Amino acid sequence: MTASPPPNSFRTGPDERGLFGIYGGRFVAETLMPLILELEQAYKDAKADPSFQKELDGYLEHYVGRESPLYFAERLTEHLGGAKIYFKREDLNHTGAHKINNVLGQIMLARRMGKTRIIAETGAGQHGVATATACARFGLPCVVYMGEVDIERQKPNVFRMKLLGAEVVPAKSGSRTLKDALNEALRDWVANVEDTFYCIGTVAGPHPYPEMVRDFQCVIGNETKRQMLAREGRLPDSVVAAIGGGSNAMGLFHPFLDDKSVEIYGVEAAGLGLKTKTKHAASISGGRPGILHGNRTYLLMDDDGQIIEGHSISAGLDYPGIGPEHAWLNDIDRAHYVSATDAEALKAFQLCSELEGIIPALEPSHAIAHAMKLAPKLPKDHLMVVCMSGRGDKDIFTVADILGVKL
Amino acid sequence: MTSRIDARFAALREEGRAALVTFVTAGDPDYKTSLKIIQGLPKAGADVIEFGMPFTDPMADGPAIQAGGLRALKAGQTLRKTLQLVKEFRKGDDETPVVLMGYYNPIYVYGVDKFLKDAKSSGADGLIIVDLPPEEDEELCIPAMKAGLNFIRLATPTTDDARAPAVFRNTSGFVYYVSVLGITGTKAPDLKSVKSNVKRLRKHTRLPICVGFGVKTAEQAKTIAADADGVVVGSALVAAVADSLSKSGKATPKTAEAVHKLVRKIAKGVRA
Ligand SMILES: Cc1ncc(COP(=O)(O)O)c(C=O)c1O
Repeated sequence: MTASPPPNSFRTGPDERGLFGIYGGRFVAETLMPLILELEQAYKDAKADPSFQKELDGYLEHYVGRESPLYFAERLTEHLGGAKIYFKREDLNHTGAHKINNVLGQIMLARRMGKTRIIAETGAGQHGVATATACARFGLPCVVYMGEVDIERQKPNVFRMKLLGAEVVPAKSGSRTLKDALNEALRDWVANVEDTFYCIGTVAGPHPYPEMVRDFQCVIGNETKRQMLAREGRLPDSVVAAIGGGSNAMGLFHPFLDDKSVEIYGVEAAGLGLKTKTKHAASISGGRPGILHGNRTYLLMDDDGQIIEGHSISAGLDYPGIGPEHAWLNDIDRAHYVSATDAEALKAFQLCSELEGIIPALEPSHAIAHAMKLAPKLPKDHLMVVCMSGRGDKDIFTVADILGVKL
Repeated sequence: MTSRIDARFAALREEGRAALVTFVTAGDPDYKTSLKIIQGLPKAGADVIEFGMPFTDPMADGPAIQAGGLRALKAGQTLRKTLQLVKEFRKGDDETPVVLMGYYNPIYVYGVDKFLKDAKSSGADGLIIVDLPPEEDEELCIPAMKAGLNFIRLATPTTDDARAPAVFRNTSGFVYYVSVLGITGTKAPDLKSVKSNVKRLRKHTRLPICVGFGVKTAEQAKTIAADADGVVVGSALVAAVADSLSKSGKATPKTAEAVHKLVRKIAKGVRA
């Protein structure tokens, strides 16, 4: 499949300690350490076993519906009057987002390891739904931790998870959002190490999760590359993706890291604006390095090292950290990390719905918002790919609320 | 140079009894009350004090200690103030070992070298950092030992014989054996497995082994003290703080005494 990377490649990380530069690592309690090592070995073995990838590819094709289209957003392109914009349509995947790519990989690994119980954290509920879906498909009991606040603002997904047979446990500690759901999942794992597999939803957590989740999401970028070469006969000039923890973004970016001509943009959630200090979720633009959830990365925190809960209109982006590989790509300047506010994302949400007949999730609306800033200034032969990481059905209540519409 | 921790365990060995190690959260429910609590711990029967450095995201702690940390943070506790508390405690007690326990991020943000210097000069003796396994020893463990602080390691039921040598390679003071698979304060210790696990770990280390997580009663303390070199009580004391508070969550005249009373009771179990 992928040729081995050149010696000075950006694609060789992490090192054997799980580090991307100074980021990443394994900052976990001793109880979990033996499990993390076991997982690392199991993943290495699976990666080396062609039958593992073959089986995964089968499910991706027949269950998820891959490959997903690379769609030319003609009217948005016309409207913006510059770069030629393509959407990578992860919203058309089964369960409506990119999350399922990673979940299927991890669930197959869990089965291979003989684990019989699956736990997950979720913010917007998309990763929870994807995990509950795969668990239903393979007959595994599933517990999803979700912040109380998120349960309130993502009701349709909560019901979906329950229909799929998962148990949804409210995280009631701290800020009662995604970071606390992650804490609760880690606490569950510490208490149930023997039979439980923790299916993390983004490129964060202790090594090997950032690497493993990235690998499972790379299907996004690998397909995009192939599709763009077939359509336009060349690589895109830029790729743009929204960042919560950074999994859809890393999946799109990674296959292009060594293609120096490709500009890379990760879009963080600026919430009510970066100047508000606490009312955003832009870990790189508004945070600094620290240690949380098993890895070193950029975090939102106060001067005492206490974590600040992020804010975003999108429940899937208000995580106070970012995957360690993104932190590294930022520091070495291979990718640009920018941000879009709630208001900009909302405008992009509406524009995309009206011009393309695609209701995007609020998460990729941030990526579209940045494309709206970039595209008008670029020539018409500039090829830009925006990751449409998920569909917006789950967000219509939030948006209606903001627009003052009663449903 | 022998540390306060080494001296204390040596003295207890002479006495022929186990240590009572008490955990409370620094700044819980407020700075002043917290100082009063630790100042009274030795007299109530504590042999070693573990002082929790509050963190917003304590991933290995159960509801009681989570709540204690959040109370302290809400009352304005910071890492700097925690070191200040240790300094004030040291004015009246130069013998009882104080071990700072917590998570790495606040220390990392404070600055490792500055933290080690300030912790040492405040009179702290050791560190237990939950999210720094031996795989990350270069971060803080090795610099801490160089700075003259004991780095105390957690061993758990998942620390098997193959892994134990790595866990005990860079460590000093004592070993903290976490008696349950899980977070603090939720499951009762399985006393039988404590006995066999302590025996197993002794093959790998000559350091004193203290056992904690889930110890709540004098009877449990007594049973554990028969096999281990020390018994750690934490969540029960933090819960005692919580139970003593006013409706609005403020300290009452009973708060410090509530903790000391429970320590006296459990100390009796340890000394029985
Ligand atoms: C549709 C969608 N996009 C993006 C994200 C953000 O996650 P990540 O940055 O890991 O892709 C989420 C998270 O819930 C999501 O549901």
